[in-house]
Amino acid sequence: MSRVADLSTLPKPEPTRGAPANRPRGSGARHVDHRSRAQTRVRWELLRNLIRKDLKVKYKGSSLGFAWSLANPLLLLAVYTFVFQVVLKSGIDNFGFYLMSGLLVWNAFSGSVSAACGAVVGNANLVKKVRFPLLVLPLSAVGFSAVHFALQLAVLFVVMLGFGYSLLGPELLLLIPAGAVALLFTVALSVLVSALNVRYRDTQHLLDVALLAWFWINPMVYAFGLIENRLNEWTWVYMLNPMAVVVTTFQRAIYDPPEGNSTGSAPILADLGYRYYLEHLAIAGLISLAVLWLGLRVFRRLQADFAEDL
Amino acid sequence: MPSQPLAPPPMQPAQPAAVVPSAPPAPGAPVVIRAAGVGKKFVAYHKRATSLKERFVRRDTTSGEDFWALRDIDVEIGRGQTVGLAGANGSGKSTLLKVLAGILRPTHGSVSVSGRIASLLELGAGFNGELSGRDNVYLNASLLGLSKREIDRLFDSIVDFSELRHKIDDEVKHYSSGQYVRLGFAVAVHVDPDVLLVDEVLAVGDEAFQRKCLAKIAQFRDEGRTILFVTHSLDLIENMCDRILVLESGGLIFDGQPVVGTKLLRQRLGSLPADSPIPFDLAPVKPTAVAFSRNPGGPTEVQYDPGEQLTVSVELDLTDSAPQYVYLHVEIMGQGEIPIWMMETPPGGVSPGPGTAVVDFVVPRLPELLGAFAINVRVSDAATGQPVTVRRFEELFGVSGPQVAGLLKVDYEARLRR
Repeated sequence: MSRVADLSTLPKPEPTRGAPANRPRGSGARHVDHRSRAQTRVRWELLRNLIRKDLKVKYKGSSLGFAWSLANPLLLLAVYTFVFQVVLKSGIDNFGFYLMSGLLVWNAFSGSVSAACGAVVGNANLVKKVRFPLLVLPLSAVGFSAVHFALQLAVLFVVMLGFGYSLLGPELLLLIPAGAVALLFTVALSVLVSALNVRYRDTQHLLDVALLAWFWINPMVYAFGLIENRLNEWTWVYMLNPMAVVVTTFQRAIYDPPEGNSTGSAPILADLGYRYYLEHLAIAGLISLAVLWLGLRVFRRLQADFAEDL
Repeated sequence: MPSQPLAPPPMQPAQPAAVVPSAPPAPGAPVVIRAAGVGKKFVAYHKRATSLKERFVRRDTTSGEDFWALRDIDVEIGRGQTVGLAGANGSGKSTLLKVLAGILRPTHGSVSVSGRIASLLELGAGFNGELSGRDNVYLNASLLGLSKREIDRLFDSIVDFSELRHKIDDEVKHYSSGQYVRLGFAVAVHVDPDVLLVDEVLAVGDEAFQRKCLAKIAQFRDEGRTILFVTHSLDLIENMCDRILVLESGGLIFDGQPVVGTKLLRQRLGSLPADSPIPFDLAPVKPTAVAFSRNPGGPTEVQYDPGEQLTVSVELDLTDSAPQYVYLHVEIMGQGEIPIWMMETPPGGVSPGPGTAVVDFVVPRLPELLGAFAINVRVSDAATGQPVTVRRFEELFGVSGPQVAGLLKVDYEARLRR
């Protein structure tokens, strides 16, 4: 009648179950590492799937679907043309086209950053339950806006050509560097705010206010010359804003100014050459890279705690 | 004969004592999951700066009510092991799983997992109700690390497994909750994971689905994949696992054979009688011998006269994880398994520390009795009152007295000797 519970005689579990013959698994550490990385590295395929999901969800159940997004800039064009050309008399020829040439890229930027800000918070359930490269969340918000932007730009071009506007010219090539800088800066800021908003929820509200103010420090509804007349040799400070550079370059690429490039009191475009824009784009690109570096740093630092902070 | 004063126990139970040091994975199997010194601290929500204002106004966010969900977890899991993770609610099971899955960052320590992980923390996490089952399969599998080509190849198999072919093009919001988890499970198990982390998944779905899940997990096990799963079903662990990790208050208190671990856990949870001790082999404090002598440390003698001094010495072997305060209860058994007298350390116990120690029970004047036929030694943790182990010794001594029935009142003194 031993009261010593002795379980040492229990059968030991099998040491290992060998890999089955029909399923070769052990192709070495490299294979395994590769599979690990597939779960943490940003993959284009995943990004594309997420963007496609956002697009699908957005237009689900609306019969006009995508057409709404394309109608939107046309509606803006009509309203702003009426307000600024007929009511307020801005003095800018073809004001609607001037406006749209800058506004579309601004809208893409502000829409991206604003959506990216809520991208991680909005996918809390996913972030808390699945391991995947979290960076795809803000990036997919940018991608979503970029798709819209490209289509809206195409619509604008069609409309402009339809009105017999002289659009085609070598200056259109400016869209390439300007678009690149716009994308870079948008990604940079999106990554930054998406991470910050997880820890500090004020970021969203702060950003909303900032974007509202930021809208007005781009020469979209007014001629660039008005700024130049006021700031004179300090205009470079205004141009430290990468979006102001992007907007003015877009205007140079798309908008065809009237004779003399003037509203009568101020020049409309910042410059009629290309060099001016390329130089400023280079600086804006450098600023964007700095923001991107900061954004990635902040994101990497904070992302490990996303699941906890949400 | 150095003796030390008996220290009072601490008021709060200390960290749970690890019953067994970590059992290493089977030799030869490469380690797939390694956690070294993993601790996870959660900061009480109201303590954390969640707004910029708080960030700048209240900088002392580290003070106050931190909660350690995991403490000093050291685990290595080899390829092909099926490990059950058990413990009471709030013991840190899910937190550990999330740390291993790479979702939560450990506050200290390090975690490494090699290979593709499928974490079934929640089935169908990330499904979008507006999208069709088909779209969600692609999206979900893509999130879990599959390429489009892989998904194309696996798609039919996923749909077949979910038994939802007739609804695969319907929006997921029109699925029943059972269909939802079925699709989620189907995707997750097709990720072809090297490591499968499962959290209480079997608590959802109907019985047929649960059986299917179990069959799939068993299949994974037989294919030599590494599985770690959290469950409250201890029977399931006994049936499916070849290893169990038992957590208590964030600490690993057992790592070893499932049958042993589940027994321990049942005791801790109160579903086994509290006095059913931990298996002797695993006890952090083991009584190894009992000896009789006149004076503590003196030569062993077995024949005494009434009125003489007797010392009953209990030898203990303590591991590093032994409780700091050990309480002993010694029963001197007479003829016919009837206890004649009992001796114990003070309620606060003694503090022998790790290694070997001897506790002497000195009886200055033996009463009249015939002798002792066996000695039972019970060991408990003085701080928590938890039983540690019981051992019976068949040593005997004789006294030239009459046979007695019933308990004797015997004066004695308990001393710790190193």
